[in-house]
Amino acid sequence: MPPFVDVSDVTLTYGGTASGTLALEHTTLQIQKGEFAAVVGPSGCGKSTLLKLVSGLQLPSHGGVIVNGHEVSRPLSIVGMAFQNPIMLPWRTTLDNVLLPLEIVEPHASRFRTRRAEYEAQARELLKIVGLDGFADHYPWQLSGGMQQRASLCRSLIHEPELLLLDEPFGALDAFTREELWVVLQQLWERHKFTVILVTHDLTESVFLADTVHVSSKRPGRIVASQKVDLSRPRDIYAAEFVSLVRALKSEIVEVRAA
Amino acid sequence: MNARLEKTMPWLFVLGSVLVWELACIAFRIPSFVLPRPSLVAMALYERFGPIIDNSWMTLVRTLFGFAIAVVLGALLGIAIGSSRLIYRGLYPVLIGFNSIPKVAVVPVFVIWFGIGTIPAVLTAFLVSFFPIAVNVATGLATIEPELLDVMRSLGATKRKILIKVGLPRAMPYFFASLKVAITLAFVGTIISETVAANKGIGYLMMAATSNFDTPLVFAGLIVIAAMGIAMYAIFAIVEQRMTFWAKRGDGIMA
Repeated sequence: MPPFVDVSDVTLTYGGTASGTLALEHTTLQIQKGEFAAVVGPSGCGKSTLLKLVSGLQLPSHGGVIVNGHEVSRPLSIVGMAFQNPIMLPWRTTLDNVLLPLEIVEPHASRFRTRRAEYEAQARELLKIVGLDGFADHYPWQLSGGMQQRASLCRSLIHEPELLLLDEPFGALDAFTREELWVVLQQLWERHKFTVILVTHDLTESVFLADTVHVSSKRPGRIVASQKVDLSRPRDIYAAEFVSLVRALKSEIVEVRAA
Repeated sequence: MNARLEKTMPWLFVLGSVLVWELACIAFRIPSFVLPRPSLVAMALYERFGPIIDNSWMTLVRTLFGFAIAVVLGALLGIAIGSSRLIYRGLYPVLIGFNSIPKVAVVPVFVIWFGIGTIPAVLTAFLVSFFPIAVNVATGLATIEPELLDVMRSLGATKRKILIKVGLPRAMPYFFASLKVAITLAFVGTIISETVAANKGIGYLMMAATSNFDTPLVFAGLIVIAAMGIAMYAIFAIVEQRMTFWAKRGDGIMA
């Protein structure tokens, strides 16, 4: 079976090929349908750029990206995205924030008005799963950072995307909230089985969540190693196997940084 | 106690300055054609109430007309500048240049085109007040978070849709904040034009009073203008508060 996401020998230079910054160089990455992939690497290694390439927000200077059998040449509407900054719209309630994608993505957008009740029920259900029932009608600025991030996750999933792109979504949260949200994300993933690419610099996070952890080199970014994680879920971050996996990955990163 | 003091503070301050003004005029024997005592100004306001109200009304109507045009054109211009890099590049330097021209200098041109009276006043009010509206709306649009644009674009949103769903609501606090500034500027515009080229309006009244050395009436005019400015500012401050309550993020109730 061909991979769901196929990034083959991609190079990307920002601001013109000759003088610009080289963000990615000869990056190759394959992800199967339904797989949870994590990309870890030192900061500024072009991890976010990789997500932009996969989503079609940015086109490669060289090489090609294939998602779901099609060459990516414009923004894909089958993706959901969440970032470190939850960027909720402050004039909308949490519920209306979660509903935003349905007002844009077809076929939902054109029938949004007539089926609003149905969509609302769907959004409330999702909010309930992430532990936000009772906050649907609050404004995002009335919520804590962790709660906003939960809502942001709901927004990225409401249109049932086949591909979820996460750019350090838990990076700004405290340790307790972060670990809670790992579990929430894992539950959502197990329920809907979308494909995930998670970009992070937290090794524990990547090993806790992902099927495969890809290690990126420093800028210009390139995938230098891929590590399958065969531990059964839910994973125990204090188990000996888990810890040794994280340690192994850590030494790879140290090597990459030194290189 | 503190809150009450805060509320009465503006009145206390005004009362205090009026008192100082009155006493200073008496103590230094300042002739009333130079600086009339507040009591004389109040007298002028009372005695000439009819003409003052008539002329103020004229000024208010002109101001509101000019302001209304400024709101519509300023907002449209702001949207154009804020959503298109090309228009921004082309238009912004011209706008800045235009805004640097003292508006009193263009009134004679309007007089040549339209004669004296209402039209130059309305146009001057418009010219003075549209710039802050346009700039503010453009700023609101131009400062959308790049990640938010990524989310919208990855959902396949068109430029128009991004503008409607994100850009315009986001620009609202900027827009309403600019209205408070613009309405007071619109008064300035109208009155500039009235002092140069009109035969009605509070600006004209003051010019006429000046040539008669009727300084108390000039000051009465100033006070009426200030009162109208404050009233309009207050109205738009309330509108702003109502429309964009979400932008004044108080303490989150959950945080």
